Amino acid sequence: MNRFDVAIIGGGLAGCSAAFHLSKRGASVALLERGRCGAQASGVNFGGVRRQGRHPAELGIAQRSHALWKDLARLIGTDGEFRTTGHLKLARSPDEMADLEAYRETARTFDLELELLDTKSLRARYPYLGQAAQGGSFCPGDGQANPRIVAPAFSRAARALGATVLENTEVVHGRRDDGDFRLELASGQNIRARRLLNMAGAWGARIAAWFGDIVQEGVMAPNMCVTEPLPQFIGPALGVCGGDVYIRQVPQGSVIFGAGYGLADRDRVFARPLADVTAAGARLAVSIIPRLADALLVRTWTGIEGTMPDGIPVMGPSPSTEGLFHAFGFTGHGFQLGPAAGAVMAELALDGETPTEIGALAFTRFNRSSTATRTGC
Amino acid sequence: MVEARIVIIGAGPAGMKAALSLVEAGHRPVVIDEAQRSGGQVYRRPSPAAERSPRALYGFEAARAQRLHQGFDAIADFIDYYPETLIWNAEGRTLDLLYNGQNQRIAWSHLILATGAMDRIIPVSGWTLPGAYTLGAAQIALKAQAVGIGQSVVFFGTGPLLYLVAYQYAKAGITVKAVLDVSAFRQSVVALPQLLTGGRTFAKGLFFLAWLRARRIPVLRGITPVEIVAGTDQAVAGITIRTAGGKLRHFDCSGVGFGYGLRSETQIADLLELEFAFEHNHRQWLPVSDDNGRASTCGVYLAGDGAGILGADAAELTGRRAALVLRFDLGETELAAEIDTLSARLNAMRPFRHALDHVAFAFPERLARNVPDDVIICRCEGLRAANIRQMARDTEEIDLNRIKAFTRLGMGRCQGRVCVAAATAVLAGAATDMSSTGRYRCQAPVKPVPLRAFLGGCDEQV
Repeated sequence: MNRFDVAIIGGGLAGCSAAFHLSKRGASVALLERGRCGAQASGVNFGGVRRQGRHPAELGIAQRSHALWKDLARLIGTDGEFRTTGHLKLARSPDEMADLEAYRETARTFDLELELLDTKSLRARYPYLGQAAQGGSFCPGDGQANPRIVAPAFSRAARALGATVLENTEVVHGRRDDGDFRLELASGQNIRARRLLNMAGAWGARIAAWFGDIVQEGVMAPNMCVTEPLPQFIGPALGVCGGDVYIRQVPQGSVIFGAGYGLADRDRVFARPLADVTAAGARLAVSIIPRLADALLVRTWTGIEGTMPDGIPVMGPSPSTEGLFHAFGFTGHGFQLGPAAGAVMAELALDGETPTEIGALAFTRFNRSSTATRTGC
Repeated sequence: MVEARIVIIGAGPAGMKAALSLVEAGHRPVVIDEAQRSGGQVYRRPSPAAERSPRALYGFEAARAQRLHQGFDAIADFIDYYPETLIWNAEGRTLDLLYNGQNQRIAWSHLILATGAMDRIIPVSGWTLPGAYTLGAAQIALKAQAVGIGQSVVFFGTGPLLYLVAYQYAKAGITVKAVLDVSAFRQSVVALPQLLTGGRTFAKGLFFLAWLRARRIPVLRGITPVEIVAGTDQAVAGITIRTAGGKLRHFDCSGVGFGYGLRSETQIADLLELEFAFEHNHRQWLPVSDDNGRASTCGVYLAGDGAGILGADAAELTGRRAALVLRFDLGETELAAEIDTLSARLNAMRPFRHALDHVAFAFPERLARNVPDDVIICRCEGLRAANIRQMARDTEEIDLNRIKAFTRLGMGRCQGRVCVAAATAVLAGAATDMSSTGRYRCQAPVKPVPLRAFLGGCDEQV
C-alpha cells in the first residue's frame, strides 16, 4: 500500500509524536525519515523540558506538552527519563533580575508557579553556585529528560499502532494534484497521501518551497558537552538570562552543559562540535558552578536544528496549499514542545483545527514581512 | 596563528622512524606523544626511577630498541617534541592539545598519524575485578614501573603478546602460574607454512614457548575462560577455565592478564573526517589509504599499528615510508624507488602477519559473540551483555551508535575504546557481517580533559 490518509516528512520528536497521535485516532500514516528517527536535533539536544522563559506565542503548546511529558510512560511505554527537577533561571545582574520579574508577569496567566529568589536565598538553596549568579527564578514543574530515547520511543509506539515508519527514506520532491499529495522518494518509489505534514526540522523550509511557501530558515548546531559522572548535587536544570549557557545533571551523575554553536552543514547533513566553542562553554559552565573545574570532560556532540528569524517555530496550515500543514524551525525549543506539536499537527490533519492556541506561530507572519521587504527594496 | 607545521602523532617505532627520516632531509617536525618518554608501547622506556637494562626491558629486541631510542635522542635538537601531551581533538588542519594541563592548538601542513594500538578484549565473568589487567597494561606495569600485576599471575587469551608478556614476567622473577591460549594447537599447524615466512619473529615465538615449557610453566591450548574468581577481598584470587578436553580447571593467582590481539586506535583519524572502510582482516573500521599510506585527506599519512596491526618491525617501515612519501609529495621525487622497495617489503610481511593473527591466533569469534548474559560489557555504565541484547531485541537495532544512544554503551571515561570491540561482537550475534553494526563514531575529546584546562583564558599556540 502506498496511499495514506496522512504523510509526515521528518522523523524528529514532533513528527514521531504526530505519527503516534494520528495512528491512535485510526488514521493511516506514513512517517518518512531520511535518516533515523530522532537522530538530529531531537536526539542530541540538551534535554531540558522547560516552559519557563518560553515566548508567549509558545506557551499554549508548552503547557499542553507539559501534560504529555508527565504522562509519557502510559502513552508510549517509557518515561523518557523525564524528571520534574524544576528549572532555575539565573540572573547575573540587577537588569537580568528585572527581566525575570517581568517574565513572571508575562507568564502569569499560564500558571507556571514561578518563584523569584534573591541572592541570599539563592546561595542558601544552591550553595554550589558561583558568585556570577545573583538571583534566579525557579519553575518547580519544569524538568529534564533523555533526548536520545524519546523520539525513537514515539516512533515505535506509532508503529505498534499501525503507522508505516520508513527510515532511511528520503523524499526528493512533493506536489499536490487531483487532491492528493504525491511524494517522490529517492528510491524512485512514490507515496500518496490526502494530507501532508511538513515536520522536517532544519530542512522544513525547503519542503515548504516545493509548494510555493517561501521562508528563510537558518540552521544551528548547539555545542553540547558532558562530564564524567559526579555525585548528585545540582538538582534543577539551570539556565541563564540571555541563554548563553545551560547545565543539568542527569540521573547517572554526568553533568551536561551547552553553550555556543558548533559547525552545521545542512547540505551534507553533517554537524560537529568545535573545540574553541567547547573551551568557551567550559569557562561559562565553571563561572556558574566553580566546582566543575575539577570535572573531566568526556564527550562533546551536536546536531542540526532549524531556526526562524524571529526565534519561534512555524506551525499551522500552509498559506498556499490545502491539506498541507507545516511545523518546523523550532529554534531549539522542539524537545519540550515536540510531544504537543505532534498532537496539534494530528488534529490539524484530521480536523482542520486544534484547541491549542497556535495563531502566533502561523506561516503567514513571514508572508507579510517578506512582502514588506520586497516593497522596501 | 603560527605557521603550519609537519606534525607526527605518536612516538612509538613508526613515529620515531618518521621523525628520523624527516630530520635527515632538514625538516623540523613536531612530535606529539601521550607517554612520558618515547618508545611507544613496544619500546616503552621506564620512568627514571625505575630504570632497568635494555636487555631486561626488551629481551631480544634490546639492540633494536636501543638503536631506535638512541636515534631519536640524537635528533632531540632538530625536532619539537611534546611528550605527555594528549591530542583531544582534530578539526580541519588543526589539532587541539592538552599540554601542561592547558588547552592549546597547533596547525599542521602535513600530518603523520602513528597512533598505535590497544588491547582487544573479550569480557569474561570477573574481568572488572581489581587484579585483572589487559596484557598490554601488564606489560606497561613491568616496563614503565618495574612492577608486576600480582605476585603470582595467569595470562590468558591469544596472540603473540600472550607469550611475550608471560616470558617477560617469568624472566623478571614473577611467578607465572599458567599461560592459557584459546587458540588450538592445530591452528598453528595449519598456519605453519606462512608462519615460517616470518623468520626471526617466528623463531622468537618458538623460543618463548620453549622457554616457558622448560621452566615447567603450564601452557594450555584450546582453552575456554569461564570465570575470573574473586577472593574474600573482592580482588582476583584465581581463574577457572575449561580445557580443550572439556574439563574445568582452576588456577590460584593474585593477578590475571588477558587479551585477544590488538586493535588500531583510530579516534584522531575519525575526528579528521578521513574516509574509513571496514577491514575484515583486521575486524575493524580503518582509515583508507593508497598503496603508500596516504590517507583520503591531502597531507595526511598513516603509519604503524594505528593503520592496521602489522607489528613493531612493520611499524618502523611504515613510519619511514610515511616520511619518505611526505618528502616525495614536497618534491623529492627521487625517493620513488626507495618508497617502492619499502612497500614491497611491507607486502612481503603480510602473509606471515595474516597467518599469525587470523589463523594461529585467530580472534575467537564465537567466544566474543556468545559472552554470557550476566557478564559486564561496558564497565563505565555497568551494562551487561543481556542489557545490550535486550535493547537490540526491543528496538530491532544492531547499529552500535543507536544502541549507544539507547543504553549509554561506551559513554563513560573510555568512550568505547575498551568495550566497543566486544559490544560489536555481541550485537553482531548471529549476523555474518561484523560491519552490519555500523561504525562507532568518535566524539571529542579523544580521552577525558579536565575543564580546568580551558580556564587559562587564551588558547595559546604551542
